[in-house]
Amino acid sequence: MSEQKKQRPVTKMVPVQSKAIVPERDADKSPILECHHLGIDFGGLTAVNDFNLMVGRTEIAGLIGPNGAGKTTIFNLLTKVYQPTRGSILLDGADTSKMTTEQVNRAGIARTFQNIRLFNNLSVEDNVKLGLHNHIGYGMWGGVLRLPKYWKEEAHAHDSAMELLKIFDMEHLANAQAGSLPYGAQRRLEIVRALATNPSLLLLDEPAAGMNPSETAELMDNIVRIRDLFQIAVMLIEHDMNLVMGICEGICVLNFGQVIAKGSPDEIKSNPVVIEAYLGKKDKKKKKVANDG
Amino acid sequence: MSFLDSLISGISLGSVYAIIALGYTMVYGIAKMLNFAHGDVIMVGAYICFFAVTRFNLPPLVGILVAVLLCTVLGITIEKLAYAPLRSAPSLAVLITAIGVSYFLQNAALLLWSPNPKVFPNFFILHGADGAEQTGLELGSLRISYVTLVTIVVCVVIMLVLTFFINNGKLGKAMRAVSEDKDAARLMGINVNTTISVTFAIGSGLAAIAGVLYMSAYPTLVPTTGSMPGIKAFTAAVFGGIGSIPGAFLGGLLLGVIEIFAKAYISTQLSDAVVFAVLIVVLLVKPSGLLGKVVREKV
Amino acid sequence: MKKLTKTSRNNFLTYGFVILSYVVLQAITAGGHMSSMLKGQLVPICAYVVMAISLNLTVGILGELSLGHAGFMSVGAFMGTTTAIALKNVIASPTLRLVCALIVGAIFAGIIGFLVGIPVLRLNGDYLAIVTLAFGEIIKSIFNNLYLGLDEHGFHLSLLDNKLHMEPEGKLIIGGPMGIGGIQKISTFTVGFALIMVCLIVIFNLVNSRAGRAIMAIRDNRIAAESVGIPVTTYKMMAFVTSAAMAGAAGALFAMNFSTFVANKFDFNTSILVLVFVVLGGLGNMFGSIIAAAALTILPEALRQFASYRMLVYAIVLILVMLIRNNPTIRSFFERFRLSKKGGAEE
Repeated sequence: MSEQKKQRPVTKMVPVQSKAIVPERDADKSPILECHHLGIDFGGLTAVNDFNLMVGRTEIAGLIGPNGAGKTTIFNLLTKVYQPTRGSILLDGADTSKMTTEQVNRAGIARTFQNIRLFNNLSVEDNVKLGLHNHIGYGMWGGVLRLPKYWKEEAHAHDSAMELLKIFDMEHLANAQAGSLPYGAQRRLEIVRALATNPSLLLLDEPAAGMNPSETAELMDNIVRIRDLFQIAVMLIEHDMNLVMGICEGICVLNFGQVIAKGSPDEIKSNPVVIEAYLGKKDKKKKKVANDG
Repeated sequence: MSFLDSLISGISLGSVYAIIALGYTMVYGIAKMLNFAHGDVIMVGAYICFFAVTRFNLPPLVGILVAVLLCTVLGITIEKLAYAPLRSAPSLAVLITAIGVSYFLQNAALLLWSPNPKVFPNFFILHGADGAEQTGLELGSLRISYVTLVTIVVCVVIMLVLTFFINNGKLGKAMRAVSEDKDAARLMGINVNTTISVTFAIGSGLAAIAGVLYMSAYPTLVPTTGSMPGIKAFTAAVFGGIGSIPGAFLGGLLLGVIEIFAKAYISTQLSDAVVFAVLIVVLLVKPSGLLGKVVREKV
Repeated sequence: MKKLTKTSRNNFLTYGFVILSYVVLQAITAGGHMSSMLKGQLVPICAYVVMAISLNLTVGILGELSLGHAGFMSVGAFMGTTTAIALKNVIASPTLRLVCALIVGAIFAGIIGFLVGIPVLRLNGDYLAIVTLAFGEIIKSIFNNLYLGLDEHGFHLSLLDNKLHMEPEGKLIIGGPMGIGGIQKISTFTVGFALIMVCLIVIFNLVNSRAGRAIMAIRDNRIAAESVGIPVTTYKMMAFVTSAAMAGAAGALFAMNFSTFVANKFDFNTSILVLVFVVLGGLGNMFGSIIAAAALTILPEALRQFASYRMLVYAIVLILVMLIRNNPTIRSFFERFRLSKKGGAEE
């Protein structure tokens, strides 16, 4: 673990607006994502409240918190699976409030799911091609009548899909049925499918869940590689602290639907409020120290 | 027909739909299947009662009891033979099997009892002091037949008993548990197969009662008699929110009233179209029916 | 590539089977060895095959249960036959007139499919199923009360009322509950075969294209499909309307095989009958649908010797087939068999 830390230079986080931070290299560019006072109520229950966040153009951001803190709900708000009750989301400066899930994806947010959602009865290649759906340029009649455009675009889509599968060395699985893949491969395929939609922000919901340590280490390298290759922002929800502390540059901690801390991995690690949220109150003395700090 | 007359006959027809819809909704809630053969159990119940009374000269009440008893047995048999082996099969396979059972009952009835219509006797006749037959009450200009009265009362009683049973009885609790999560219920020591059989038994028993009541109001009995009230009651169950017992009651009543009003004020021929159009509108406004639970898919 | 060739091989096998069946049946007919029972069934078989593969597009490929498919068949039957009657003096060739009727039937059914689809496709699961059932019944009720006449001033339409105020020489085409009578039987086996081929080509090409992938993606996981930017409603509608249009053409073909037909022919039971073909043939399996539709259309006729028992036998066969197909023991036995066969083929 310590070796990996040496490999990756520590990113310096700088404030850009009140309280918000982005990596120094992204500071001169507008952020890819801004959330302002985002909130949602389910019936009478407030699941997320006053969520503010800024993600830099090429930042790897982490969203952590105990179970039920509202992390996945935030992803669902960002992708419009749920419509927010309050607040606004700006993607690359544009308001997404009137958009549907499908439009948000076309605007640049792609995601994976905590409980894997692949197109199980279709082949691996078709799953990736579905990610490429909006970049394939023929319509229904082009397909039904097999116009020349169909052959050209399908060949092109095949090449693109293979290239994307190469990222995770999955080309040899192209014809396998997605539902029959082992768990780890399914998670990787979901990332490839999301990447195929050509996003500017990639949301990963527990990408390392169910993976063993060596698979997780490989995944960490791949996430960084994807960021470098595509020059996109990545935001991830993860319980594996090695992964979060290892690759995330800015981390946001949620508890009971509220942001309780934001900062670089080192700041978060030493933040007493975060420790309390994860481990519970030790005793009154410690809490006092936290308040003083 | 006056407004009040229409309303009362609407409620009466609706009560029959409600009793049938209760069977649909209970089976759906617990076995998660659309039991298309349910309508045909109504027909079988009506035939049994008809023969018990006309051929074996049993008193009507005994005839009804025999019908309920035999339909209960029929319901359990159908469940054990045709549906239980398909517990883990895709829902479409179960649906097609139910359709097969429906065909089977209709054609068995055709062979056993011939396609010739039977005229169902009216049981609900009182003999006055002068020996004259009375089929109903006269309240001023309003005439309420005894069939109507009995139907409404029976429906309300069934509804109350069933609600009490589901909410308080041990078996009722087991039913609710099975409908929520079969595997979890099994782990809690509930006999899922028995619970499902009991549900079918209750639903089929109710269907027999509904059959007799429906026949008393519309006395032409043929082997396909059950299919239209079956479809209507199924619609009523969806209308009220399938899986919900008060929903089936409300859905049945509303459907009956709408049907009779459409017949009286719009057009007799188009009354079915009006009923189904109202259903579509309701589902568009409330996609899981009037009293149905909104299930949010977890992402 | 292996998987891809496997799909297209299956598709070509299906095309080949349909063509071969046509050639063989034509040869038997030409040789005069065709029984009159089977001869009379050829066009209905074609119509039911088209109904089955079109419903399979909705149920198997799109994954939505429709219980009102006969409604679209009805629209096609009435509008197509009306077209054929209206064009009687315009187009001399009966085959050409039939083709026009099929196209008009398909267009009208497609339009109705679109209108029905707007509310229907917003619902899910069993609620969607019951609303398609409701639409099927509504369509039946409307045609049962629709009167349409033709005179020199054009068409006269009326609902519920058979006074159409036509010129004396005007001709009543649709007569409410009497349906359409005096139809020239212009449907032929050849046109039926051509219709099957056209529908198969459209479905296979659609499925193996961008749009078909999107439709199947919606079936497998709607939320994931939305998350990769697929407009769900558009593709659901595309599948639904295509399916309805094909049913319309099948309806027109079916209707013009008889001299008279009524709206009640296309009721809930017909929808269910077609659904049985689809489920027995296998969801998404067009070849299976064709076999099931053909076999189950002939079966009741072939069972004539059992006279009144035949529908009872049919019901028992249906239940047994469902029980056997879904029996875990038998299933795993066949799967093992299939796997070992596959392994052998690959070696």
